Amino acid sequence: MDRHRLDAPPCASSDRAPDKPMSETRSTCPYCGVGCGVVIEHDGQQITGVRGDPDHPANFGRLCTKGTQLHLTATPVVLQHQRLRQPLKRASRGAAPQALTWDDANREIAERLLAIRATHGPQAIGLYISGQLLTEDYHAFNKLARAVINTPHIDSNSRLCMSSAVVGYKQSLGADAPPCSYEDIEQADCVLVSGANPAWAHPILFRRLEAARAQRPGHRLIVIDPRRTETAELADLHLQIRPGTDVALCHGLLHAIIRRGWTAPGFIEGHTEGFEAVKTLVHDWMPARAAQVCGVPEADIWRAAEWFATAPASLSLYCQGLNQSSSGTAKNTALINLHLATGQIGRAGAGPFSLTGQPNAMGGRESGGMATLLPGHRDPARADDWAEIAQLWGVDATDLPGRRGHTAVEMFKAAARGEIKALWIACTNPAQSMPDQALVRAALDRCELVILQEAFAHTATARYADYLLPAATWGEKEGTVTNSERRISRVRAAVPPAGLARADWRIVRDIAALIDAGLGRAPRLAAQTSEALWLEHREATRGRDLDITGLSWATLDRDGPQQWPYVGGATPRLYTSGRFATDNGRARFIARAYQPPAEDTTAQHPFSLTTSRLRDQWHGMSRSGSVPRLFAHQGRPQVRLHPDDAARLQLADGALVQVRSARGELVLPLQLDGNLAAACADIPMHWGDEFIGAQHGVNALTQGTFCPDAKQPELKFSAVAIEPADLPWRLTACVWVAADQGASLRGRLRALMPHFAYAHCLPEPGPDGLVGWCFEAASALAPAPEQVSALVTALGLDRPEVLRYTDARRGRLRLLRLAPEGGQAAPLQALLRIGPHDEGAWLLDLWRSRRPAAAAGRWLLSPSAPPTDAPKVSPQVCNCFDVREDVIRLTLSHCSGSPRDRLAQLQAEQRCGTQCGSCLPALRRLVATTPEEVPA
Amino acid sequence: MKKLKLVMVGNGMAGVRTLEEMLKLAPELYDVTVFGAEPHPNYNRILLSPVLAGEQTMDEIILNPLSWYDAHGITLHLGRPVTRIDRVRRQVVAADGTTAPYDRLLIATGSMPFVPPVPGKDLAGVLAYRDIADTQAMIDAAARYRHAVVIGGGLLGLEAANGLMQRGMQVTVVHLSDTLLERQLDRSASALLRQSLAERGLQFVLGARTQALLGHEDGPSAGRVRAVQLSDSAGRPVELPADLVVVAAGVRPNTALAEAAGLLCNRGIVVTDTLQSVTDPRIYAVGECAAHRGIAYGLVAPLFEQGKVCATHLAQMGIGRYLGSSVSTKLKVTGIDLFSAGNFSGGPGTEEITLSDPHTGVYKKLVIQGDRLVGACLYGDTVDGSWYFQLLREGRTIADIRDQLMFGEAAAGLAQP
Repeated sequence: MDRHRLDAPPCASSDRAPDKPMSETRSTCPYCGVGCGVVIEHDGQQITGVRGDPDHPANFGRLCTKGTQLHLTATPVVLQHQRLRQPLKRASRGAAPQALTWDDANREIAERLLAIRATHGPQAIGLYISGQLLTEDYHAFNKLARAVINTPHIDSNSRLCMSSAVVGYKQSLGADAPPCSYEDIEQADCVLVSGANPAWAHPILFRRLEAARAQRPGHRLIVIDPRRTETAELADLHLQIRPGTDVALCHGLLHAIIRRGWTAPGFIEGHTEGFEAVKTLVHDWMPARAAQVCGVPEADIWRAAEWFATAPASLSLYCQGLNQSSSGTAKNTALINLHLATGQIGRAGAGPFSLTGQPNAMGGRESGGMATLLPGHRDPARADDWAEIAQLWGVDATDLPGRRGHTAVEMFKAAARGEIKALWIACTNPAQSMPDQALVRAALDRCELVILQEAFAHTATARYADYLLPAATWGEKEGTVTNSERRISRVRAAVPPAGLARADWRIVRDIAALIDAGLGRAPRLAAQTSEALWLEHREATRGRDLDITGLSWATLDRDGPQQWPYVGGATPRLYTSGRFATDNGRARFIARAYQPPAEDTTAQHPFSLTTSRLRDQWHGMSRSGSVPRLFAHQGRPQVRLHPDDAARLQLADGALVQVRSARGELVLPLQLDGNLAAACADIPMHWGDEFIGAQHGVNALTQGTFCPDAKQPELKFSAVAIEPADLPWRLTACVWVAADQGASLRGRLRALMPHFAYAHCLPEPGPDGLVGWCFEAASALAPAPEQVSALVTALGLDRPEVLRYTDARRGRLRLLRLAPEGGQAAPLQALLRIGPHDEGAWLLDLWRSRRPAAAAGRWLLSPSAPPTDAPKVSPQVCNCFDVREDVIRLTLSHCSGSPRDRLAQLQAEQRCGTQCGSCLPALRRLVATTPEEVPA
Repeated sequence: MKKLKLVMVGNGMAGVRTLEEMLKLAPELYDVTVFGAEPHPNYNRILLSPVLAGEQTMDEIILNPLSWYDAHGITLHLGRPVTRIDRVRRQVVAADGTTAPYDRLLIATGSMPFVPPVPGKDLAGVLAYRDIADTQAMIDAAARYRHAVVIGGGLLGLEAANGLMQRGMQVTVVHLSDTLLERQLDRSASALLRQSLAERGLQFVLGARTQALLGHEDGPSAGRVRAVQLSDSAGRPVELPADLVVVAAGVRPNTALAEAAGLLCNRGIVVTDTLQSVTDPRIYAVGECAAHRGIAYGLVAPLFEQGKVCATHLAQMGIGRYLGSSVSTKLKVTGIDLFSAGNFSGGPGTEEITLSDPHTGVYKKLVIQGDRLVGACLYGDTVDGSWYFQLLREGRTIADIRDQLMFGEAAAGLAQP
């Protein structure tokens, strides 16, 4: 029977129209690389709910905060107002895009690509795609680039994410294949998390880690991270290293392991090569020196080495902290060296396990949709690999580029130089996510032709597009994805695409056909279904390390998700025989000297800036940013700094600061964060100009310098200066509107952001049918009348019932509109306040809380806050049930017993952390810091 | 020794206050004679509105009972309007022939209602609103008739209209301008006022010009007004039923007597800073009939200030100088708080701070020039009016309390270092 159709009862939580028949469709979550299975609840036209797939081996029914609210990214309002629904074309850059038919769009795009190809050659065309595409889309793009257009320049945003891990695996183990399975998390005795914060970025794996620790008393958790993250809080040992010193630490650890004789000589002898060279290299890296370089206690290095080496099974989990670095590959191989030296690989619970950031980064690697890869883990540097591909694709080898192309950063540099004339961007948002935005935007500006294939209409990149092609997305697409543990899952369509949107592979196929026709040849991308594309891809794996020739969609439908290689059956774990994917079967120790980050902190730029993730947001927020509820947990743009540094700079929490690097600058509110090390700063990676004004987002600051092997840019390290931003004027404009008016309102507010030195525009979750938008800005001088009047109109504050205080000369203005209904209990519906500093800031909380506003009486217009100011809205901890810190502390004050008991009582009373569990680390911290109040 | 003779023509608030001030300074200096056209001793004209509205009685508004005149040996001639001043013989002559010689003469004849020259203005049931007689007539009419029209949406007209409404009449206010109290309020406050008076039941026809008053041709009420004919703001003819018409279209200084005596008059008897007429230094004038520096004041506060100064000179202590008054307005309609002072309408070179809270019906405008408060217009909440009026007269800089100014003396106090 077809396993993906369920007849389970409709989920009570879903808000579907009761008259329509319910059905459910199994698919996967489109966020991180854990690749959780989801059950999409829908009526065939509209997605109404989502829940975890109890049968999916990645999550067994659990979902994180983002996953549990996936259906809210497919509401009628989002589909209507935030999705790209029809092909659009700009007559000129900066002009408003105009609708055109698919046929016209395809024809015009094909013609323009052919013209550029004819004038400048195929290599003048670049394709920049995404780890969120399905494997079938990847395969289609790959053929489009290399076989149809014949350009070598196709790369993916996985370059910013996984390429160091790819090259690290290939160098050390011979193939780009994570050897582990998620079940190793349960089976490991020691888990080493390095440069990853799964508590926030891979929450479901972290739930499994928490559960495993609860089961195993002797379990050891070591976390290596410059920040004391919620992952680090769970650790038995946190090595808070200086940013970028991972290689030094690994060398120190290996030194300790060798010195104490904790190595596995038999394994080294039997299954590896190059140990001597590494031994020589780390000889100088005695833990004392490593401790000095990394800024951690020497004793901790010895302890970590002992735990890792002597545990029966040691697993390492790592992610961007290692990958996004100018020595990303070296960081990966240095960590893998530890596994090889101690034989912690090829066994249950042991191995170097790279966590992927995107849902199908793995699929992209398998299908070779990157400048440095060919299908089936082949290498574009090898002529024979090209020959095989030519044969597989049924084209003449000379019809293929036959060489590596530009990787992401190289591609945009080439475009900025004018070498690349056309960029076709799909399912990614380089104007937000690429480093060194000044360069990226110069490149986009210079391109003759920018094609953006997107599901969401309002990304930062959309502004630069000449053609906008509406793509189908989650819940609308058929295909496959591969998660971090090499597990291939079917992605299934529950509903038709929004508007005129089409599957990515189909958009590619149609334009490819026109190009082939223009070149007077038969279609080279002829597949008529995504399954047909998958079968082509499968064929490319035959005889390779990732061979899936034994697998079919029928198998996936029947038996569920499967791990590659799959010939006779699935392969949960690699290298169990001790034979590796290298030519001689031996794993290689890689001896790479420690290199400090590409740019060092100086007197001019004394802080090392790292980029991080928020618990409830993902990437550039194109999708997660469409759910107001996901802004409730730390949902405001901020730069984090250690309180001591802030004190030295005489900066208060919440003050506006200017963060400046050699490449650009960014104004943000300051958040004091004791979990950072001194001289470190942190900005979440998500904030682009979609939400924080005309600035170029966090990546205005970051650098394009990349790892020489993996070409992955150093997004995790930038030297920056932090100074107070002298912007005395504050403007706050908030309004609650009907949900379906939110998008147009946001559009009007966003248009105003460029006029302010700092501005953000954020949604606020409201009661049913309402959405709040909050526009806050700061400027050196009082805001100009045009902008003020634009805001007044946008917020409906030009009506007679508005409360107002105006002093034109002083530039002070306050306009308030109470909700029409509710009388004395009416909440604040709209608010505009302009004045010096944070005067009247309390009104924002009043607006947000929707408390009766009339109660505040004359204070509503007064410069000072009411003497009995209601408490600020307490920070949200549990997003699923919107439980806030004050309630939790109050409850805990009467919970008694062990921390575990008190947590249980808390969860019984408030339900916090009982659904997705993403807030459990925070709850544990609150349990630890909130004593029971024993009545006297 | 023989006392000097002081004669006062007019028995109203300004004049009697002047006498009181003078008697304090020089109780024995004069033999005082007072002529009053009304049959009543001095009463508080301002409180006629509460009387009309039934909130006070006639007796309660008497300021100086007859006993007061006796106690000060004042010769009082009530109900005897003076018809002539003989400046050669230095005596005044009343309608009944009574004469009184003077060494000093104080003219305090006040003002007369202005009744526009429209057909039918002399019909029965058409009244001005000036004195106790008018007030009584209105009270009587209210007891018998239903429809009243008040011509004039100024302070007096609105108070009359409110009073008549209180007494159960259906009242329509006809006003030439399109905003009420345009001389006391800006448009915003005026709109609020109109709204709350309308909520109380008053009807308004603004921007309307009265064309004629129509009377009953025959029948029992022949010769009595029955309707007001006017053209509305669009120029369309409108006819309003009216059993009573109160004309409150402004007042004119009552200067006929003085002009006949050859005193220089120009929108009032022209007086100096010592309140002496410029024509004859023996003759003084105070109150609504006097024009000081071109202004004839119609409000009580300045009149009292004039009286104080005038008294010092009558008492031969020639020290005081009257330099004019800045005026503030309050409307005496119970339940409506309204205050305006100085240049509340702003204009070139001025800055405005405004506050408006439609939910509590509060509107405030402060006009500032060169860091000084020069005007204020308050509606709905006038508690700070006197404070603003004080700041306005003191001309003190408000730069240091500007941001708190709108929120009253207390808030400003908070702001002081």
